[in-house]
Amino acid sequence: MPETVTLVVNGVSVEMPAGSMVSAAILKLGLTTFRQSVTGEPRGPICGMGICFECRVTIDDEPHCRSCQTVCRDGMDVRTDG
Amino acid sequence: MGKPHHVCDVLVVGAGPAGLAAAWRAAESGLRVSVVDDNPAAGGQIWRGAQVKPSSPEAQAWFERIRSVDIQMINGARVFQQPEAEMLLAETSEGVCELKYESLVLGTGARERFLPFPGWTLPNVMGAGGLQALVKTGLPIEGKRVVVAGSGPLLLAVAAYLRRRGADVLLIAEQASSLRLARFGVGLLKSEKLSQAWTLKKEFSRKGATTQRLRYLSGCWVAEAHGNERLERVTLVRGGKRWQIACDYLACGFHLVPNVELAELLGCEIDRGCVSVDEFQQTTMPHLFAAGEATGIGGLELSLVEGEIAGLATANKHDAARKLFAIRDKQRKFADLLNRTFALRDELKYLAAPKTIVCRCEDVTFERLRAHSSWRSAKLQSRCGMGPCQGRVCGAAVEFLFGWRAESVRPPVLPVRVESLLSDGRE
Repeated sequence: MPETVTLVVNGVSVEMPAGSMVSAAILKLGLTTFRQSVTGEPRGPICGMGICFECRVTIDDEPHCRSCQTVCRDGMDVRTDG
Repeated sequence: MGKPHHVCDVLVVGAGPAGLAAAWRAAESGLRVSVVDDNPAAGGQIWRGAQVKPSSPEAQAWFERIRSVDIQMINGARVFQQPEAEMLLAETSEGVCELKYESLVLGTGARERFLPFPGWTLPNVMGAGGLQALVKTGLPIEGKRVVVAGSGPLLLAVAAYLRRRGADVLLIAEQASSLRLARFGVGLLKSEKLSQAWTLKKEFSRKGATTQRLRYLSGCWVAEAHGNERLERVTLVRGGKRWQIACDYLACGFHLVPNVELAELLGCEIDRGCVSVDEFQQTTMPHLFAAGEATGIGGLELSLVEGEIAGLATANKHDAARKLFAIRDKQRKFADLLNRTFALRDELKYLAAPKTIVCRCEDVTFERLRAHSSWRSAKLQSRCGMGPCQGRVCGAAVEFLFGWRAESVRPPVLPVRVESLLSDGRE
Protein backbone atom coordinates (compact mmCIF):
# COMPACT_ATOMS: atom_id res chain seq x y z
CA MET A 1 0.00 0.00 0.00
CA PRO A 2 1.43 3.43 -0.92
CA GLU A 3 2.17 5.69 2.03
CA THR A 4 0.41 8.75 0.70
CA VAL A 5 -2.50 9.58 -1.55
CA THR A 6 -3.14 12.77 -3.50
CA LEU A 7 -6.59 14.21 -3.92
CA VAL A 8 -7.98 17.48 -5.21
CA VAL A 9 -10.03 19.83 -3.05
CA ASN A 10 -11.65 22.81 -4.78
CA GLY A 11 -9.09 22.44 -7.59
CA VAL A 12 -6.08 22.31 -5.26
CA SER A 13 -3.97 19.17 -4.84
CA VAL A 14 -3.30 17.89 -1.34
CA GLU A 15 -1.16 14.95 -0.29
CA MET A 16 -2.34 12.96 2.73
CA PRO A 17 -1.08 9.90 4.60
CA ALA A 18 -2.86 6.78 3.34
CA GLY A 19 -5.98 6.11 5.43
CA SER A 20 -6.66 9.79 6.12
CA MET A 21 -10.19 11.12 5.98
CA VAL A 22 -11.37 13.70 3.47
CA SER A 23 -12.34 16.07 6.33
CA ALA A 24 -8.70 16.20 7.49
CA ALA A 25 -7.51 16.95 3.93
CA ILE A 26 -9.93 19.89 3.64
CA LEU A 27 -8.81 21.39 6.96
CA LYS A 28 -5.15 20.80 6.08
CA LEU A 29 -5.60 23.17 3.15
CA GLY A 30 -6.84 25.84 5.53
CA LEU A 31 -10.45 25.55 4.35
CA THR A 32 -12.87 25.68 7.25
CA THR A 33 -16.26 26.15 5.60
CA PHE A 34 -17.42 22.73 4.45
CA ARG A 35 -20.99 23.71 3.75
CA GLN A 36 -23.45 26.55 4.11
CA SER A 37 -26.27 26.05 6.58
CA VAL A 38 -29.92 26.55 5.55
CA THR A 39 -29.62 30.23 6.52
CA GLY A 40 -26.22 30.64 4.86
CA GLU A 41 -23.89 30.30 7.86
CA PRO A 42 -20.47 28.75 7.32
CA ARG A 43 -20.18 25.29 8.90
CA GLY A 44 -17.48 22.70 9.47
CA PRO A 45 -17.23 19.34 11.23
CA ILE A 46 -17.96 19.04 14.94
CA CYS A 47 -18.43 15.37 15.83
CA GLY A 48 -15.74 13.74 13.68
CA MET A 49 -17.62 10.44 13.83
CA GLY A 50 -20.37 10.61 11.28
CA ILE A 51 -23.36 11.77 13.29
CA CYS A 52 -23.56 15.57 12.95
CA PHE A 53 -23.61 15.81 9.14
CA GLU A 54 -21.92 19.24 9.31
CA CYS A 55 -18.93 18.01 7.27
CA ARG A 56 -20.96 17.24 4.15
CA VAL A 57 -19.19 17.95 0.86
CA THR A 58 -19.40 16.83 -2.77
CA ILE A 59 -17.06 13.93 -3.58
CA ASP A 60 -16.64 12.80 -7.20
CA ASP A 61 -19.89 14.56 -8.08
CA GLU A 62 -21.87 12.88 -5.32
CA PRO A 63 -23.32 15.57 -3.02
CA HIS A 64 -23.84 15.30 0.75
CA CYS A 65 -20.98 12.91 1.48
CA ARG A 66 -19.80 12.91 5.08
CA SER A 67 -16.15 13.85 4.67
CA CYS A 68 -15.26 12.57 8.17
CA GLN A 69 -16.35 9.04 7.22
CA THR A 70 -14.79 8.97 3.75
CA VAL A 71 -11.22 7.75 3.31
CA CYS A 72 -9.03 9.77 0.88
CA ARG A 73 -8.33 8.06 -2.44
CA ASP A 74 -5.88 9.00 -5.17
CA GLY A 75 -7.46 11.33 -7.71
CA MET A 76 -10.58 11.99 -5.63
CA ASP A 77 -12.30 15.26 -6.52
CA VAL A 78 -13.71 17.08 -3.51
CA ARG A 79 -15.75 20.27 -3.51
CA THR A 80 -16.83 22.23 -0.47
CA ASP A 81 -19.82 24.55 -0.47
CA GLY A 82 -17.94 27.39 1.15
CA MET B 1 -32.19 -10.39 -8.15
CA GLY B 2 -31.45 -10.65 -4.45
CA LYS B 3 -29.43 -8.10 -2.59
CA PRO B 4 -26.01 -9.11 -1.27
CA HIS B 5 -26.55 -10.70 2.09
CA HIS B 6 -24.70 -12.05 5.08
CA VAL B 7 -26.09 -14.85 7.18
CA CYS B 8 -24.75 -15.42 10.66
CA ASP B 9 -25.68 -16.73 14.09
CA VAL B 10 -24.72 -13.52 15.88
CA LEU B 11 -24.72 -10.08 14.34
CA VAL B 12 -22.92 -7.35 16.27
CA VAL B 13 -23.64 -3.71 15.45
CA GLY B 14 -20.66 -1.56 16.33
CA ALA B 15 -16.97 -2.49 16.21
CA GLY B 16 -15.90 -0.60 19.34
CA PRO B 17 -14.70 -2.33 22.51
CA ALA B 18 -18.15 -3.65 23.55
CA GLY B 19 -18.94 -5.00 20.08
CA LEU B 20 -15.52 -6.59 19.62
CA ALA B 21 -15.63 -8.22 23.05
CA ALA B 22 -19.09 -9.65 22.31
CA ALA B 23 -17.98 -10.83 18.87
CA TRP B 24 -14.90 -12.53 20.27
CA ARG B 25 -16.78 -14.38 23.01
CA ALA B 26 -19.47 -15.54 20.58
CA ALA B 27 -16.98 -16.62 17.90
CA GLU B 28 -14.82 -18.38 20.45
CA SER B 29 -17.90 -20.38 21.40
CA GLY B 30 -18.17 -21.65 17.84
CA LEU B 31 -20.89 -19.34 16.56
CA ARG B 32 -20.74 -17.65 13.14
CA VAL B 33 -20.30 -13.97 13.89
CA SER B 34 -20.52 -10.85 11.74
CA VAL B 35 -19.72 -7.33 12.92
CA VAL B 36 -21.19 -4.36 11.05
CA ASP B 37 -19.85 -0.85 11.59
CA ASP B 38 -20.31 2.59 10.04
CA ASN B 39 -16.62 3.45 10.18
CA PRO B 40 -14.03 2.44 7.58
CA ALA B 41 -12.14 0.37 10.17
CA ALA B 42 -12.85 -1.44 13.46
CA GLY B 43 -12.02 0.06 16.85
CA GLY B 44 -14.87 2.45 17.54
CA GLN B 45 -13.94 5.90 18.77
CA ILE B 46 -11.52 4.97 21.54
CA TRP B 47 -9.57 2.51 19.39
CA ARG B 48 -9.81 4.46 16.15
CA GLY B 49 -6.90 3.38 13.95
CA ALA B 50 -5.65 1.01 16.65
CA GLN B 51 -6.03 -2.06 14.46
CA VAL B 52 -3.10 -0.85 12.35
CA LYS B 53 -1.22 1.10 15.02
CA PRO B 54 -2.21 -0.10 18.53
CA SER B 55 -2.66 2.83 20.91
CA SER B 56 -2.30 0.69 24.04
CA PRO B 57 -1.27 -2.88 25.00
CA GLU B 58 -4.93 -3.52 25.83
CA ALA B 59 -6.07 -2.49 22.34
CA GLN B 60 -3.37 -4.67 20.82
CA ALA B 61 -4.39 -7.66 22.93
CA TRP B 62 -8.03 -7.28 21.88
CA PHE B 63 -7.25 -6.98 18.19
CA GLU B 64 -5.09 -10.11 18.49
CA ARG B 65 -8.01 -11.94 20.08
CA ILE B 66 -10.27 -10.80 17.25
CA ARG B 67 -7.78 -12.00 14.64
CA SER B 68 -7.50 -15.38 16.39
CA VAL B 69 -11.14 -16.24 15.65
CA ASP B 70 -13.25 -16.26 12.52
CA ILE B 71 -15.30 -13.06 12.40
CA GLN B 72 -16.79 -11.44 9.33
CA MET B 73 -16.14 -7.69 9.50
CA ILE B 74 -18.44 -5.45 7.50
CA ASN B 75 -16.98 -1.93 7.67
CA GLY B 76 -18.29 1.28 6.19
CA ALA B 77 -21.87 0.06 6.46
CA ARG B 78 -24.63 1.93 8.26
CA VAL B 79 -27.57 0.00 9.55
CA PHE B 80 -30.75 1.93 8.83
CA GLN B 81 -33.74 -0.37 9.00
CA GLN B 82 -35.23 -3.68 10.07
CA PRO B 83 -37.52 -4.81 7.25
CA GLU B 84 -38.49 -8.08 8.99
CA ALA B 85 -37.62 -10.10 12.09
CA GLU B 86 -33.99 -11.23 12.36
CA MET B 87 -32.82 -9.07 9.50
CA LEU B 88 -31.27 -5.62 9.25
CA LEU B 89 -30.49 -3.54 6.20
CA ALA B 90 -27.22 -1.66 5.93
CA GLU B 91 -26.10 0.84 3.34
CA THR B 92 -22.57 0.61 1.96
CA SER B 93 -20.84 2.47 -0.86
CA GLU B 94 -21.87 -0.44 -3.13
CA GLY B 95 -25.54 -0.35 -2.14
CA VAL B 96 -27.74 -2.09 0.36
CA CYS B 97 -26.93 -5.41 1.98
CA GLU B 98 -29.12 -7.69 4.06
CA LEU B 99 -27.84 -8.96 7.38
CA LYS B 100 -29.62 -12.06 8.70
CA TYR B 101 -29.05 -13.31 12.22
CA GLU B 102 -30.31 -15.45 15.09
CA SER B 103 -29.10 -13.11 17.83
CA LEU B 104 -28.20 -9.46 17.72
CA VAL B 105 -25.80 -7.52 19.95
CA LEU B 106 -25.96 -3.74 19.90
CA GLY B 107 -22.68 -2.06 20.70
CA THR B 108 -23.65 1.29 19.26
CA GLY B 109 -21.57 3.30 21.73
CA ALA B 110 -22.00 6.94 22.61
CA ARG B 111 -21.57 10.38 21.19
CA GLU B 112 -20.50 13.63 22.76
CA ARG B 113 -23.08 15.93 24.25
CA PHE B 114 -22.90 19.36 22.69
CA LEU B 115 -24.46 22.40 24.32
CA PRO B 116 -25.29 25.59 22.46
CA PHE B 117 -23.56 28.85 23.37
CA PRO B 118 -23.12 31.97 21.24
CA GLY B 119 -20.68 31.18 18.41
CA TRP B 120 -20.71 27.40 18.80
CA THR B 121 -21.66 26.95 15.15
CA LEU B 122 -18.47 28.66 13.92
CA PRO B 123 -16.12 26.41 11.94
CA ASN B 124 -13.24 25.07 14.09
CA VAL B 125 -15.49 24.81 17.14
CA MET B 126 -15.62 21.02 17.48
CA GLY B 127 -16.24 18.28 19.95
CA ALA B 128 -13.31 17.20 22.11
CA GLY B 129 -13.52 13.70 20.72
CA GLY B 130 -14.39 15.32 17.40
CA LEU B 131 -11.08 17.14 17.10
CA GLN B 132 -9.21 14.08 18.32
CA ALA B 133 -10.87 11.95 15.63
CA LEU B 134 -9.88 14.47 12.97
CA VAL B 135 -6.26 14.50 14.13
CA LYS B 136 -6.21 10.70 14.29
CA THR B 137 -7.38 10.64 10.69
CA GLY B 138 -4.82 13.00 9.24
CA LEU B 139 -5.38 16.59 10.40
CA PRO B 140 -2.00 18.20 11.22
CA ILE B 141 -2.32 19.91 14.62
CA GLU B 142 1.31 20.82 15.28
CA GLY B 143 1.66 24.37 16.57
CA LYS B 144 -2.12 24.99 16.59
CA ARG B 145 -3.56 26.73 19.64
CA VAL B 146 -6.31 24.61 21.16
CA VAL B 147 -8.70 25.23 24.05
CA VAL B 148 -10.18 21.99 25.40
CA ALA B 149 -13.45 22.54 27.25
CA GLY B 150 -16.69 20.99 28.45
CA SER B 151 -16.81 18.10 30.88
CA GLY B 152 -15.66 14.58 31.53
CA PRO B 153 -12.54 12.45 31.60
CA LEU B 154 -12.42 12.57 27.81
CA LEU B 155 -11.12 16.15 28.01
CA LEU B 156 -7.91 15.02 29.68
CA ALA B 157 -7.34 12.17 27.28
CA VAL B 158 -7.93 14.46 24.31
CA ALA B 159 -5.65 17.21 25.66
CA ALA B 160 -2.86 14.69 26.27
CA TYR B 161 -3.26 13.24 22.82
CA LEU B 162 -3.28 16.63 21.09
CA ARG B 163 -0.23 17.74 23.01
CA ARG B 164 1.66 14.59 22.04
CA ARG B 165 0.84 15.46 18.45
CA GLY B 166 2.38 18.90 18.87
CA ALA B 167 -0.67 21.05 19.60
CA ASP B 168 -0.33 24.04 21.87
CA VAL B 169 -3.05 23.16 24.39
CA LEU B 170 -3.72 26.48 26.09
CA LEU B 171 -6.19 25.35 28.70
CA ILE B 172 -8.55 22.60 29.80
CA ALA B 173 -11.81 24.12 31.07
CA GLU B 174 -13.80 21.56 33.10
CA GLN B 175 -17.25 22.72 34.18
CA ALA B 176 -17.37 20.40 37.22
CA SER B 177 -16.36 22.02 40.50
CA SER B 178 -13.07 21.26 42.21
CA LEU B 179 -15.02 19.83 45.14
CA ARG B 180 -16.70 17.24 42.93
CA LEU B 181 -13.44 16.42 41.22
CA ALA B 182 -11.72 15.93 44.58
CA ARG B 183 -14.44 13.47 45.61
CA PHE B 184 -13.94 11.69 42.31
CA GLY B 185 -10.23 11.35 43.07
CA VAL B 186 -10.95 9.91 46.50
CA GLY B 187 -13.51 7.52 45.03
CA LEU B 188 -10.96 6.31 42.57
CA LEU B 189 -8.46 5.53 45.26
CA LYS B 190 -11.14 3.63 47.16
CA SER B 191 -11.98 1.60 44.10
CA GLU B 192 -8.26 0.84 43.68
CA LYS B 193 -8.57 1.85 40.09
CA LEU B 194 -6.63 4.87 39.05
CA SER B 195 -8.18 5.86 35.79
CA GLN B 196 -6.02 6.76 32.87
CA ALA B 197 -7.59 10.18 32.91
CA TRP B 198 -6.69 10.87 36.49
CA THR B 199 -3.09 9.78 35.94
CA LEU B 200 -3.01 12.19 33.03
CA LYS B 201 -4.18 15.05 35.21
CA LYS B 202 -1.31 14.39 37.57
CA GLU B 203 1.04 14.31 34.64
CA PHE B 204 -0.25 17.69 33.52
CA SER B 205 0.05 19.22 36.95
CA ARG B 206 3.66 18.15 37.36
CA LYS B 207 6.25 20.56 36.16
CA GLY B 208 8.84 18.48 34.34
CA ALA B 209 11.79 19.05 32.11
CA THR B 210 9.87 17.88 29.07
CA THR B 211 6.30 18.76 29.90
CA GLN B 212 5.26 22.33 30.33
CA ARG B 213 2.62 22.75 33.01
CA LEU B 214 -0.83 22.52 31.51
CA ARG B 215 -3.64 24.65 32.86
CA TYR B 216 -6.54 22.55 34.10
CA LEU B 217 -9.28 24.78 35.46
CA SER B 218 -12.28 23.26 37.23
CA GLY B 219 -15.51 25.23 37.54
CA CYS B 220 -14.63 26.89 34.22
CA TRP B 221 -16.47 26.92 30.90
CA VAL B 222 -16.68 28.63 27.52
CA ALA B 223 -19.39 31.30 27.46
CA GLU B 224 -18.89 32.40 23.88
CA ALA B 225 -16.90 31.68 20.73
CA HIS B 226 -15.97 34.60 18.50
CA GLY B 227 -14.79 34.90 14.94
CA ASN B 228 -15.63 35.93 11.44
CA GLU B 229 -16.24 32.89 9.19
CA ARG B 230 -14.21 30.76 11.64
CA LEU B 231 -13.18 30.60 15.29
CA GLU B 232 -10.71 33.27 16.39
CA ARG B 233 -11.09 33.41 20.17
CA VAL B 234 -13.23 32.25 23.09
CA THR B 235 -14.63 33.88 26.20
CA LEU B 236 -14.11 31.81 29.34
CA VAL B 237 -15.96 32.11 32.64
CA ARG B 238 -14.81 31.06 36.07
CA GLY B 239 -16.05 32.22 39.43
CA GLY B 240 -17.58 35.43 38.10
CA LYS B 241 -14.46 36.28 36.11
CA ARG B 242 -14.62 36.52 32.30
CA TRP B 243 -11.67 36.66 29.95
CA GLN B 244 -10.82 35.94 26.31
CA ILE B 245 -8.19 33.70 24.73
CA ALA B 246 -7.20 33.65 21.05
CA CYS B 247 -7.13 30.11 19.61
CA ASP B 248 -7.30 28.09 16.39
CA TYR B 249 -9.57 25.30 17.66
CA LEU B 250 -12.05 24.85 20.47
CA ALA B 251 -12.48 21.18 21.38
CA CYS B 252 -15.66 21.23 23.46
CA GLY B 253 -17.84 18.33 24.58
CA PHE B 254 -20.00 17.86 27.65
CA HIS B 255 -19.46 14.22 28.55
CA LEU B 256 -21.25 11.52 26.55
CA VAL B 257 -24.74 10.43 25.52
CA PRO B 258 -25.65 6.80 24.69
CA ASN B 259 -26.57 6.00 21.07
CA VAL B 260 -29.96 4.33 21.54
CA GLU B 261 -31.69 5.10 18.24
CA LEU B 262 -31.28 1.65 16.71
CA ALA B 263 -32.32 -0.09 19.93
CA GLU B 264 -35.39 2.12 20.04
CA LEU B 265 -36.25 1.34 16.43
CA LEU B 266 -36.04 -2.37 17.25
CA GLY B 267 -38.54 -1.94 20.08
CA CYS B 268 -36.19 -2.12 23.07
CA GLU B 269 -37.14 -0.30 26.24
CA ILE B 270 -35.11 2.82 26.85
CA ASP B 271 -34.81 4.03 30.43
CA ARG B 272 -33.46 7.52 31.16
CA GLY B 273 -31.63 7.61 27.85
CA CYS B 274 -30.02 4.17 28.16
CA VAL B 275 -30.97 0.79 26.69
CA SER B 276 -32.48 -1.35 29.47
CA VAL B 277 -30.76 -4.71 29.90
CA ASP B 278 -31.01 -7.67 32.27
CA GLU B 279 -28.09 -9.37 34.04
CA PHE B 280 -27.07 -11.11 30.79
CA GLN B 281 -27.16 -7.84 28.85
CA GLN B 282 -30.38 -8.87 27.13
CA THR B 283 -32.70 -6.04 26.20
CA THR B 284 -36.46 -6.24 26.63
CA MET B 285 -36.59 -7.89 23.18
CA PRO B 286 -35.82 -11.61 22.75
CA HIS B 287 -32.42 -12.55 21.22
CA LEU B 288 -31.46 -8.91 21.33
CA PHE B 289 -28.56 -7.84 23.55
CA ALA B 290 -26.87 -4.53 24.21
CA ALA B 291 -23.48 -3.77 25.72
CA GLY B 292 -21.21 -0.84 26.37
CA GLU B 293 -22.02 2.87 26.38
CA ALA B 294 -25.46 2.37 24.79
CA THR B 295 -26.59 0.86 28.11
CA GLY B 296 -25.09 3.72 30.15
CA ILE B 297 -21.88 5.74 30.06
CA GLY B 298 -19.23 3.77 31.89
CA GLY B 299 -15.96 3.79 29.97
CA LEU B 300 -13.74 1.22 28.33
CA GLU B 301 -13.47 -1.47 31.00
CA LEU B 302 -17.21 -1.63 31.59
CA SER B 303 -17.85 -1.78 27.84
CA LEU B 304 -15.47 -4.70 27.46
CA VAL B 305 -16.92 -6.77 30.29
CA GLU B 306 -20.51 -6.08 29.21
CA GLY B 307 -19.55 -7.09 25.69
CA GLU B 308 -18.05 -10.33 26.93
CA ILE B 309 -21.16 -11.12 28.97
CA ALA B 310 -23.42 -10.41 25.98
CA GLY B 311 -21.26 -12.56 23.69
CA LEU B 312 -21.30 -15.46 26.14
CA ALA B 313 -25.06 -15.09 26.58
CA THR B 314 -25.65 -15.38 22.82
CA ALA B 315 -23.89 -18.78 23.11
CA ASN B 316 -25.99 -19.70 26.16
CA LYS B 317 -22.85 -19.84 28.28
CA HIS B 318 -24.56 -18.37 31.28
CA ASP B 319 -22.24 -19.87 33.89
CA ALA B 320 -19.20 -18.38 32.21
CA ALA B 321 -21.01 -15.05 31.91
CA ARG B 322 -21.88 -15.10 35.62
CA LYS B 323 -18.19 -15.27 36.49
CA LEU B 324 -17.82 -11.79 35.00
CA PHE B 325 -20.62 -10.18 36.99
CA ALA B 326 -18.31 -9.13 39.86
CA ILE B 327 -16.03 -7.23 37.48
CA ARG B 328 -19.04 -5.57 35.92
CA ASP B 329 -20.45 -4.56 39.31
CA LYS B 330 -17.18 -2.92 40.24
CA GLN B 331 -17.00 -1.07 36.94
CA ARG B 332 -20.61 0.08 37.30
CA LYS B 333 -19.85 1.61 40.68
CA PHE B 334 -16.99 3.48 39.08
CA ALA B 335 -19.32 4.59 36.28
CA ASP B 336 -21.88 5.94 38.78
CA LEU B 337 -19.17 7.97 40.46
CA LEU B 338 -17.97 9.24 37.11
CA ASN B 339 -21.44 10.33 36.03
CA ARG B 340 -22.16 12.06 39.34
CA THR B 341 -18.85 13.88 39.21
CA PHE B 342 -19.38 15.24 35.75
CA ALA B 343 -23.07 16.08 36.10
CA LEU B 344 -23.75 19.36 34.32
CA ARG B 345 -24.19 22.55 36.32
CA ASP B 346 -27.33 24.65 35.84
CA GLU B 347 -25.42 27.72 34.66
CA LEU B 348 -24.81 25.94 31.36
CA LYS B 349 -28.55 26.13 30.63
CA TYR B 350 -28.29 29.87 30.31
CA LEU B 351 -25.38 30.17 27.89
CA ALA B 352 -27.47 30.31 24.73
CA ALA B 353 -28.67 33.77 23.69
CA PRO B 354 -32.10 34.22 22.03
CA LYS B 355 -30.52 34.13 18.55
CA THR B 356 -28.15 31.23 19.29
CA ILE B 357 -28.82 28.29 16.99
CA VAL B 358 -29.73 25.10 18.81
CA CYS B 359 -30.64 22.80 15.89
CA ARG B 360 -27.73 23.12 13.46
CA CYS B 361 -29.38 21.15 10.65
CA GLU B 362 -32.42 23.43 10.42
CA ASP B 363 -30.92 26.55 12.04
CA VAL B 364 -33.58 26.75 14.76
CA THR B 365 -32.75 29.36 17.37
CA PHE B 366 -33.10 29.17 21.14
CA GLU B 367 -35.88 31.79 21.19
CA ARG B 368 -37.97 29.82 18.68
CA LEU B 369 -37.66 26.68 20.76
CA ARG B 370 -38.35 28.36 24.06
CA ALA B 371 -41.87 29.12 22.93
CA HIS B 372 -42.75 25.39 22.90
CA SER B 373 -43.62 23.02 25.70
CA SER B 374 -42.43 19.70 24.21
CA TRP B 375 -40.06 18.43 21.60
CA ARG B 376 -43.00 17.18 19.55
CA SER B 377 -44.48 20.63 19.33
CA ALA B 378 -41.07 22.21 18.65
CA LYS B 379 -40.36 19.63 15.95
CA LEU B 380 -43.65 20.08 14.16
CA GLN B 381 -43.49 23.85 14.13
CA SER B 382 -39.78 24.60 13.89
CA ARG B 383 -38.33 21.44 12.31
CA CYS B 384 -35.94 21.17 15.24
CA GLY B 385 -34.32 17.73 15.13
CA MET B 386 -35.73 16.88 11.71
CA GLY B 387 -32.61 17.51 9.63
CA PRO B 388 -30.00 14.97 8.56
CA CYS B 389 -28.63 14.34 12.07
CA GLN B 390 -32.18 13.51 13.20
CA GLY B 391 -31.74 15.15 16.54
CA ARG B 392 -28.49 13.40 17.43
CA VAL B 393 -26.83 16.74 18.17
CA CYS B 394 -29.70 18.95 19.37
CA GLY B 395 -31.63 16.14 21.11
CA ALA B 396 -29.25 15.87 24.05
CA ALA B 397 -29.04 19.68 24.19
CA VAL B 398 -32.80 20.30 24.35
CA GLU B 399 -33.15 17.55 26.92
CA PHE B 400 -30.70 19.41 29.15
CA LEU B 401 -32.03 22.89 28.34
CA PHE B 402 -35.78 22.23 28.45
CA GLY B 403 -36.13 18.74 29.91
CA TRP B 404 -37.74 17.42 26.71
CA ARG B 405 -37.29 13.74 25.96
CA ALA B 406 -36.69 12.47 22.44
CA GLU B 407 -39.75 11.01 20.76
CA SER B 408 -40.12 7.68 19.00
CA VAL B 409 -37.64 6.80 16.28
CA ARG B 410 -38.83 6.03 12.78
CA PRO B 411 -36.87 4.35 10.02
CA PRO B 412 -34.46 5.05 8.50
CA VAL B 413 -32.41 5.67 11.64
CA LEU B 414 -29.82 7.47 9.53
CA PRO B 415 -30.32 9.34 6.28
CA VAL B 416 -29.72 7.02 3.33
CA ARG B 417 -29.87 7.33 -0.45
CA VAL B 418 -33.32 7.19 -2.00
CA GLU B 419 -32.28 4.00 -3.86
CA SER B 420 -31.56 2.34 -0.53
CA LEU B 421 -35.06 3.10 0.68
CA LEU B 422 -36.61 1.95 -2.57
CA SER B 423 -34.74 -1.34 -2.32
CA ASP B 424 -36.32 -1.93 1.05
CA GLY B 425 -39.30 -3.84 -0.32
CA ARG B 426 -38.76 -7.51 -0.95
CA GLU B 427 -38.33 -8.52 -4.59
